[in-house]
Amino acid sequence: MNRENINIALLFIGLILLQIVVLNNINFLGYINPFYYIIFVFLYPLKKIDSSFILLSFFLGLFIDIFSNSGGTNAAATLFIAFIRIPVLKGILDKRELEYSSLSIQKLPFYKSLTFIAVLTFIHHFIVFSLEYFKWSNFKIIITKTALTSIFTIVLLLISFTFISRKR
Amino acid sequence: MQQIISFLYKNKYFILFLLLESFAIFFTIQSHSYHRSKFINSANFVSGGLFNKINNFKEFLLLKEENLRLSEENVQLKNILNQRDKTVSQKSIKEIDTVNYNQKYSYISAKVINNNYRKNNNYLTIDKGSSSNIKSDLGVINSKGIIGITKSVSNRYATVLSILNVNSRINVKLMKSDHYGSLSWNNKDYNTVQLLDLAIQANIKIGDTIVTGGKSTIFPEGIPVGTIKDFKTKNNNYDFINISLFNDMSSIGFVEIILNLDKEEIKELEEKSSNE
Repeated sequence: MNRENINIALLFIGLILLQIVVLNNINFLGYINPFYYIIFVFLYPLKKIDSSFILLSFFLGLFIDIFSNSGGTNAAATLFIAFIRIPVLKGILDKRELEYSSLSIQKLPFYKSLTFIAVLTFIHHFIVFSLEYFKWSNFKIIITKTALTSIFTIVLLLISFTFISRKR
Repeated sequence: MQQIISFLYKNKYFILFLLLESFAIFFTIQSHSYHRSKFINSANFVSGGLFNKINNFKEFLLLKEENLRLSEENVQLKNILNQRDKTVSQKSIKEIDTVNYNQKYSYISAKVINNNYRKNNNYLTIDKGSSSNIKSDLGVINSKGIIGITKSVSNRYATVLSILNVNSRINVKLMKSDHYGSLSWNNKDYNTVQLLDLAIQANIKIGDTIVTGGKSTIFPEGIPVGTIKDFKTKNNNYDFINISLFNDMSSIGFVEIILNLDKEEIKELEEKSSNE
């Protein structure tokens, strides 16, 4: 239990640093920076919803916001996907799979984990960009940015999950 | 009552979620309504943000002085305008009269958020960076005179190598004649700087005005620096010349950064001729 907490704390700090120092400066094709830090939402023990998870997701987003001058957009989006994580999972999986005691993304069939990751990533990015532009007249830009950045993020997430599962 | 409590308890995660989400939306809206939001700001949140906060408080205390300085500047500018209307040739004495020199400069206004003047190598931090077109090696002045040269530039902040820096050398000249020298500092008094390499023929007197020379592309000609405080001759040379600055380097609020629009052209030309 204690060790798990330490791991989560390290993950939290490491993701903030990685996002701020490296990933926010990629500017692929001019403006695409993946929001890789949301891997936190997928790595946190899947079955749990507790106040510490909600708070951590909020503060993770908020720290990213502080360092990238984006108001509260990342905080709002990360908090939102943290909250809808379990309902989405319930929609994707059938009852038998939900019963597993050690449920984790690596153990799901590929297309199911892909759907799970893609749905949450897309929602997260959509919230971030809509809050950033804050106007319906920019809907086109919001959608293109969401789509392109989502693809980038999803690819990165999938790559890291294959590495994680291979290690175990 | 019990039902309400049990309802709240059942939905505690949802309530926490709503609370935090409204915080996040609040921060977002704030960041849209201000150029810089109050709570969540700054790439260098640690350095720049902290300086900004301290500065906001200081600024409030110095509002009176700042107003006075601005009204003085207004008067000076009005004088220049009037003089231009009557006779163009009349030179006003203390103003930054780039009007009389045909040079192309544009100015960017910035706020000093951190000011050193007690160290050996003093730097100021200003709240404009590369996002406002600031580069390194640009002149920094205010209405009273020169302050320094920009050095390192981040996205939203920049540091200024103060004239109170032992590494600083700035080309200056006497206002009454075209004798050039360079300005340096011996790190003793923050309101006194030294003039080096002035030819003895300049025949200076106490109280003579020193202005920038305009031999570099950094400062326009004629920006006020200070007046001669005292000097000593030795072996038919000036041993030292002390200049008391017009600026009080310990209290600097708003500054202007000078962009030389012809800098590229001049540099290109100079490089070309040095290659030949």
